[in-house]
Amino acid sequence: MELIFNLLVQGLQMFLVVAIAPLVAGVTHRMRARLLRKKGASIWQPYRDLLRLMRKEVVLAENASWLFRAVPYLVFAATWVAAALIPTFATGLQFSWSADLIAIVALLGSARFFLALAGMDVGTPFGGLGSSREMMIAALAEPAMMLTVFSLALLAGSTQLSTVVEYLAGPGVGLRVSLGMALVALVIVALAENARIPVDNPSTHLELTMVHEAMVLEYSGRHLAMIELAAALKLVLYLSLIAALFVPFGIAAPGQGVGPHLLGLLYYLVKMLVGAVALATFELSIAKMRVFRIPELLGAALMLSLLGTLLLFVSRSL
Amino acid sequence: MVNLVLGGALLLMMLGLASVVLAGRAGASKIVYGASALLSALVAVVGLVFLLSLAPSSTLILPIGLPWIGAHFRLDALAAFFVIVVGFGSAIISIYSIGYGRHEAEPWRVLPFYPSFIGAMLLVVIADDAFTFLLSWEVMSLLSWALVLAHHREQAVRSASLVYLIMAAMGTMALILAFGLLAGPVGGYDFDHMRSVAESPLLGAIVVILMLVGAGSKAGIVPLHVWLPQAHPAAPSQVSAMMSGIMTKVAIYGFIRVTFDLLGGAAWWMPEIVLAVGAVTAVMGVLYALMQHDLKRLLAYHTVENIGIIFIGLGLAMAFRHYDMNAAAALAMVAALFHILNHSVFKSLLFLGAGAVQNATGSRDMEEMGGLIHRMPVTSVVFLVGSIAISALPPFNGFVSEWLTFQAILLSPDLPDWGLRILTPGVGGMLALAAALAAACFVKVYGVVFLGRARSSQAKTAQEVDRWSLAAMAVLAVVCLLAGIFPGFVIDALSPVSHALVQSSMPVQTTDPWLTITPVASGRSSYNGLLVLLFIAGSASFAAWAIHRFASRGLRRAPAWDCGFVLDAPNTQYGAASFAQPIRRTFGTAVFRVVEHVSMPRPGSTAPAKFRVTMRDPVWDGFFVRIGGGVGWLADKANRLQFLTIRKYLSVVFTLLVLLLLVLTLWN
Repeated sequence: MELIFNLLVQGLQMFLVVAIAPLVAGVTHRMRARLLRKKGASIWQPYRDLLRLMRKEVVLAENASWLFRAVPYLVFAATWVAAALIPTFATGLQFSWSADLIAIVALLGSARFFLALAGMDVGTPFGGLGSSREMMIAALAEPAMMLTVFSLALLAGSTQLSTVVEYLAGPGVGLRVSLGMALVALVIVALAENARIPVDNPSTHLELTMVHEAMVLEYSGRHLAMIELAAALKLVLYLSLIAALFVPFGIAAPGQGVGPHLLGLLYYLVKMLVGAVALATFELSIAKMRVFRIPELLGAALMLSLLGTLLLFVSRSL
Repeated sequence: MVNLVLGGALLLMMLGLASVVLAGRAGASKIVYGASALLSALVAVVGLVFLLSLAPSSTLILPIGLPWIGAHFRLDALAAFFVIVVGFGSAIISIYSIGYGRHEAEPWRVLPFYPSFIGAMLLVVIADDAFTFLLSWEVMSLLSWALVLAHHREQAVRSASLVYLIMAAMGTMALILAFGLLAGPVGGYDFDHMRSVAESPLLGAIVVILMLVGAGSKAGIVPLHVWLPQAHPAAPSQVSAMMSGIMTKVAIYGFIRVTFDLLGGAAWWMPEIVLAVGAVTAVMGVLYALMQHDLKRLLAYHTVENIGIIFIGLGLAMAFRHYDMNAAAALAMVAALFHILNHSVFKSLLFLGAGAVQNATGSRDMEEMGGLIHRMPVTSVVFLVGSIAISALPPFNGFVSEWLTFQAILLSPDLPDWGLRILTPGVGGMLALAAALAAACFVKVYGVVFLGRARSSQAKTAQEVDRWSLAAMAVLAVVCLLAGIFPGFVIDALSPVSHALVQSSMPVQTTDPWLTITPVASGRSSYNGLLVLLFIAGSASFAAWAIHRFASRGLRRAPAWDCGFVLDAPNTQYGAASFAQPIRRTFGTAVFRVVEHVSMPRPGSTAPAKFRVTMRDPVWDGFFVRIGGGVGWLADKANRLQFLTIRKYLSVVFTLLVLLLLVLTLWN
């Protein structure tokens, strides 16, 4: 019975993240527009965009290889698997043991690796520019993320995400310096990984500072739809991760009945809404950085996460 | 069973001798490489059977060598593991060479040394006394040196081999001193005697440092790595694969054999030195690699990086063993051994792929390649597998060993030593940094070499390589995948090795459901490569199927978009140097003192604008140039000794003799 329930939770949450990913993007867009005193598109617009893209034919560059055509699906799949392993409204995920937090970070690394390769495939300057900058950003963001994972793992005594979340949701954690540092570092990493301001501007195509959009410039039709969906999914993944780790209240523990799970679902949706609004507000209140200022920001994240980990190595109670 | 391995090694050496005669004839390379492949494979099978059957160590003493010692050979779990690494790697590389060797212009410069080199590496691994070990080690060094010199008409090759020769000589000298200290004043040169003596911590520390210099210089730890990125690429590609993929592992074998097996104990600060050296090596190696545009040189620098990762694992194992945390020591040891196996597989694969590319395009310069995915379909797939594996991305094998290393690092807050506790988070961060930079570097390699548009006419007309080469690379790629999705079997097979070295082994893995690996406890951490692969494959095919079924399957080829305007010139693409530019700016200014010079002509002038980058190698300029200067100065001073009278010479000899006798008495 419990197995079936856990499988159900796992399956539900797997489809939930995909289902709400465009919505979160839509809410962020809408919120940004409203804050700029614009009317803004409907929050359902991303769904329509995705559907339209999927129905269109693909216009493929003449010298694009098989890799270029396979990458959108691989990127989407790797991101989806990673997102499906993040506890959203319940921790009793059936497959949480198949990959721990380090493996989730590495899965996102795989997705990025393939996307950057695709940027190089057609052999246009924009694609290479995007790939090269994306990998530079990742080279700093990934260690920062890994060290944040270290702090959490040392606190909870496990790298298993479900166990970590259960520990953090339980009593006896309290306010900790190391957790504060981990939160700041994780937020910076999330902004960089999701190509948001101040690191990258998601709403531009023709600007020399762009990173992610330059990399996927050659994509069209269903391929572009997959990549957009994967990007939205990644945003949801990071928001869910931050929510599950730092505001874990309301998350249902395994073995609890249907009621707490429904409540957890409600909490989760609210958290996502708050996250999307907060992201839009933050993006509007800050300017985009020059590309070569980004290492300073990410370096700060790296140092903060290292310091957090170091504190925990010195004493588990910090 | 040691006699089987010894027999295999000696047969390989005799094959080398035979090919001195054979080498000039047509078809000789096929016979020699084929026989090498067969013999190496047989030896690997012997090692595998030995390791899996948990047989007691088998020894053999031959009445050759130094008269009062004889030649001792021994096959135990550790030696068997390395026999597998050497035998399997050599077998596959030899199969590759059956096809690839045809392109050799002067086969007699390669063929005699090639099988003997394999034999010498096997002898190092099974040697059980200092004399046999050092002799085999020297033979291995000299044969590989001869192989590096195969294309001796190029000036770069000659200078690379000179640097190699000097570093190898220095390394062996350190090894001789280390074994001398281990043998003690009584001079017990067989390993059994060394095992039975417990050294004082200070003496142990000196031995470990000497081993770091001796074995570490052969393996390529920073700052003793300078010869490696010169010598490895200079050799023919199959030899580069062998030196980078296998010989560096034999060097690490030497380090493990002495520090974990022969040495009784070392000072508490030794693990810290090994850890720091490993972390610096890992990060510096990959940073160097990012700056390269010679494909094989870049791969050689990645060897340096991976050696650093292995040394991080070994340093952790030393630390845990020192404080009797046996389970953690076993985890760190298995992580290091697993990475040794993984690196030997994917680095051989990548070097063989680089050889194929070099053959097809006639160049090692990445700026002359591009678009090879269209011309070399199979090579491009296997090279992609190797790139993913070395970038430590799931579900391939490189990720598993780095994951295990991370898990070992996460156990280190329990160490009682404060220095280690402050060092290890930094080491973990540097390991993560190295992994992320490696991924960036392999996006660069694969993107510039295989993707994009061809940058030269040779790249445009490149041909796929022969079937032998493709088969060999495909086998290695499959092993990369299998070791990544069934890591439990590898870990279980390694448990007798870790038991012999750190007196404990990891929990049995293959009994877990779905072959999950759980290095410490099931609630703590687990990873299942098979399920991750199935999930990714499943969801990718589901998404592709659903879209093609319900949305659209239309496809039209058109010129690239690129915001509306694509220049035809292929050098408008991102190349190796431009791809690395953001990272060069971020890390290079501090490490390599990179300066970018831009000279802009005046407005109206027709002169082209020029861009130039200058870079300094901190190790070569800051360390070796100074040492070279110091040696020159010393030689000038010592020159005076050449013009002494006979009385003075005699008194110098006499003083030295007295001094040595004094030392010996004090030591006793």
